[in-house]
Amino acid sequence: MMKPRLSMLAAVAIISASALAYEVLLMRLFSIIQWHHFAYMMISMALLGYGVSGVFLALNRDRLAPLFPVAIMTNMLLFSLSVPACFLLAQQIPFNPAEILWTPVQLLYLCGIYLILALPFFFAANVVGLSLYQYKNQVSSIYASDLFGAGLGSVGVIFLLFILFPEQILTVLTLSGILAALLVSSYTFRASKHWTTVSLIIALAVIFIPTEWMTLKVSPYKSLNQLLHVPGTKIIDRYSSPLGSISIVKSELTPLRHAPGLSLNAATEPPEQLAVFTDADNMSAITRYDGNPETLGYLDQTTSALPYHLKQLTGILILGAGTGSDILQADYHAIKHIDAVELNPLVIDLIQRKYAAFAGDIYFGAPINIHIGEARGYLASSDKTYDLINLSLLDAFGASAAGLYSMAENYLYTEQAIEEYLHHVSPDGYLSITRWIKIPPRDEPKLLATVINALKKTGVREPGRQIIMIRGWQTSTLIVKNGALSADEISRLKQFCDERSFDPVYYPGISEGEVNRFNIQQQPYLYQAAAALLGDNSPAFIDAYKFNIEPATDDKPYLFHFFKWRTLPEILPLLRSGGSFLLESGYLLLIAALLQAILASLLLIALPLWLCKAKLGIEADSKNHLHMPVYFFCLGLAFLFIEIAFIQKFILVLHHPLYAIAVMLSTFLLSAGAGSYFSTHLSHSPEKYAFMLPIAAIALLSTGYSLGFEVIAGFLLKTGHLSRYLYSIILIMPLGFCMGMPFPMALAKISQTTPALIPWAWGINGCASVISAILATLIAMQFGFTVLIFLAVALYGVAAWCFPE
Amino acid sequence: MKRVKHLIFWLVVIGIILLLFSSHVIAEDMFRQQRQALVDVIKYDVLRTRDFLNQEALDDRVLDALRKVPRHEFVPDDQRPYAYQNRPLPIGYGQTISQPYIVAVMTDLLKLKKNDRTLEIGTGSGYQAAILAELADSVYSIEIVEPLAKQAATNLKRAGYDAVHTRTGDGYYGWEEAAPFDGIVVTAVASHIPPPLIKQLKPGGRMIIPVGAPFMTQYLVLVSKDTDEKVTTRQILPVSFVPLTGKH
Repeated sequence: MMKPRLSMLAAVAIISASALAYEVLLMRLFSIIQWHHFAYMMISMALLGYGVSGVFLALNRDRLAPLFPVAIMTNMLLFSLSVPACFLLAQQIPFNPAEILWTPVQLLYLCGIYLILALPFFFAANVVGLSLYQYKNQVSSIYASDLFGAGLGSVGVIFLLFILFPEQILTVLTLSGILAALLVSSYTFRASKHWTTVSLIIALAVIFIPTEWMTLKVSPYKSLNQLLHVPGTKIIDRYSSPLGSISIVKSELTPLRHAPGLSLNAATEPPEQLAVFTDADNMSAITRYDGNPETLGYLDQTTSALPYHLKQLTGILILGAGTGSDILQADYHAIKHIDAVELNPLVIDLIQRKYAAFAGDIYFGAPINIHIGEARGYLASSDKTYDLINLSLLDAFGASAAGLYSMAENYLYTEQAIEEYLHHVSPDGYLSITRWIKIPPRDEPKLLATVINALKKTGVREPGRQIIMIRGWQTSTLIVKNGALSADEISRLKQFCDERSFDPVYYPGISEGEVNRFNIQQQPYLYQAAAALLGDNSPAFIDAYKFNIEPATDDKPYLFHFFKWRTLPEILPLLRSGGSFLLESGYLLLIAALLQAILASLLLIALPLWLCKAKLGIEADSKNHLHMPVYFFCLGLAFLFIEIAFIQKFILVLHHPLYAIAVMLSTFLLSAGAGSYFSTHLSHSPEKYAFMLPIAAIALLSTGYSLGFEVIAGFLLKTGHLSRYLYSIILIMPLGFCMGMPFPMALAKISQTTPALIPWAWGINGCASVISAILATLIAMQFGFTVLIFLAVALYGVAAWCFPE
Repeated sequence: MKRVKHLIFWLVVIGIILLLFSSHVIAEDMFRQQRQALVDVIKYDVLRTRDFLNQEALDDRVLDALRKVPRHEFVPDDQRPYAYQNRPLPIGYGQTISQPYIVAVMTDLLKLKKNDRTLEIGTGSGYQAAILAELADSVYSIEIVEPLAKQAATNLKRAGYDAVHTRTGDGYYGWEEAAPFDGIVVTAVASHIPPPLIKQLKPGGRMIIPVGAPFMTQYLVLVSKDTDEKVTTRQILPVSFVPLTGKH
């Protein structure tokens, strides 16, 4: 029996790690040069390289098997080369998603990008697939190294993104691919020196290649590039972080004047500012502050300034402090104590160190306390209460308005989040949320519905007595008071609005005559929504509304998912006359990605099955030809369903989305690797139904965790930061361990009966994983994460029934 | 023989000249027809959006301006074939030229009269300025991106709109020397409405601002200053979508 050497296993792990890192890296790179949602689509399609590899190996296995050493080393080197080459090539394609409706050639560009980006994954999958076939009796070891590698890659790339720019990481991945090739050529096969020489030459070439080759080609329509056309502007700093690439722009001739939501009556303009771009978009500004509050007068001319005018506030909390405009606003109103929370340490560092003098040391000393972390995590670990909790415009207008956030989970605006905020608002204090105006309104009514539900859940009988909402032409601010609003507060609100030409949307006792005077809308949409949502017919209103404004919950944390199928027929004819912004395209792109993936998978799975049954090694009368694809397909779907659902659920406990994803994903993959390694013991068991054991355990564990999640979360939230991570890892490990077994166990079975089918099974699993990632998001958006978990359990059940004989 | 050759030579030369001339005429005629077709499309779209625009049709003068201004002169060469399609087009430097329907609606909302004075912030390729010049006597236009400003000035001159005053620079403070204005178009994206521009608006004047990402106008903001200098905005959805729970 041929056993893979350790060097071989290490090489497979390195390739898997690099491929997973490449996937994450591409997502980052395309988010910078293009937009996040198309990045998602491109990469999910590119992953079909795995599926193509499966079919390619299945059809050529006999030709490749005798050449195994050469084939595997070639694929490793090709992977190394294609990692930078394919990205550089893909970014040369002048794809512009905004033009896709008008210019059909854009679709061709998109397909071109798919094909190019699929290549590196194809080579990486070949390495694993070939090894699985070569060491058929040891599939569990190979699969284990594949999972181990992926686990390490998922953590490694996050670490790399902290210390290197995304484009530099391409070189690291190339070198790691070459390292894998060197490992197998020197230790596994003891191949001729040529291989070593070639590998070293490529490695040297990659290291010394001119850096301008690696420059990112950012779309001209991203706001960073648009600003750079203004004379006198230049990028003065660039930083990389997994949360986004940050560019600081100084404008020497023309002031930036970033003051969204400014009242029409404002006479002052902002002081000097530096622009801060995240991923070449989402502009915010660092404002020069000389300690004279008079210069900040413009910040009192926005809707978000309202709470400061309702009563004297002492202690406040700002969630999402960013580059500091909310803090300056509080400073302008002479707030004595400010706590501020910001997720991105890089942004804090900018204001605290690099630009501290420019920003007037606002993040230093009294009255401010700055905390790095996630908003809900901070609140969960604190028992402080505040006169005001403020969340303002945490997303940029452009992306928010174009519906691109629809598939992004957001735990800041869910019923449970609002309850948590209100829990930390002192009696008679306020929660204030400012959002961009959208026409027709979407997130504002949805947020309102969410807030009303949250209030009802905390036992408030008449939520309408505690809610205020106002709007300008650009922004709206929703205020929830912890207690009933007084007549004095209402008269102050009216005065605030009158002085700034803002319109009240809602306050207890409002009349329709006051709601549409300064910023006139066709109808007072928001007032109508507020009145309906606070009334008895709220469910009917939500149901009849043309966008999805159902309250967001932690189980369905999609505030920005507004799409309703019912509205689609009405929007479609409007597309060419400029109605594309109504489309909420994020959701539809997800559907498009799913359809593409299904279509491509059918081509890759069904077509070969139909045409080349004999060549694939399927015997005519064998039941396996139906059972086997179903088994591997279900596994591919279910694995990611569970992984995605639990990662999302644990984000809530671990709070920091980035670290939570990195830790949970690597725990899943590493423990699945261990499970795979262990699975040989079960495979060799004389018990016929040994394969049922891990599947039953998966079903039991995931159902248990899912049903008891509130208890688990309640317990974890009470423990310290480190122990929270530790307990979460301990909880996930057995689940991951079991999830690593069904795949290699079935492969082990096949290797005894029909080893020719191994590469094909590998390909099917690859296709299913691609479909799964997209489908999981769609299911979660529609039905929530709990349903997703139960579906996965059902899929494991189907798989158990189809275990290959 | 020599004379025959001579004659043939001249006939060929004249033929070529005629051909060149007529091709120009034919092309012009073709563009004119395309403009007419475009105006028909816009009329139809306006009819569908009448509820939002509060009117059944656009001012005939605006439609005449659209029939007259050669949009193909204001787009890059590679975009010329699409010049008369009702869609936004890229003009380089990350900028776009708005959809003709949006240009028509915006212009109409200004309610310009012949002797009005207008200001445009963000000349782009110069097309909107040319449309304004068809409707009002004095047009001032400012563009901050230098190459675009130069290109627009050339485009305007070539298309015969020499009277449009153009300037390269920051539009935030408007055009003080020429203020006040009856109409202002702010096509350049701004984080807020510049207070100096509101100041430079005449009592009774109107300012129009399209809001949205490139290639995607989401709504229009019409800023009006009444005779008492009270300023209000109107937000206009430029498509015939009935929001909320309204019937179709």
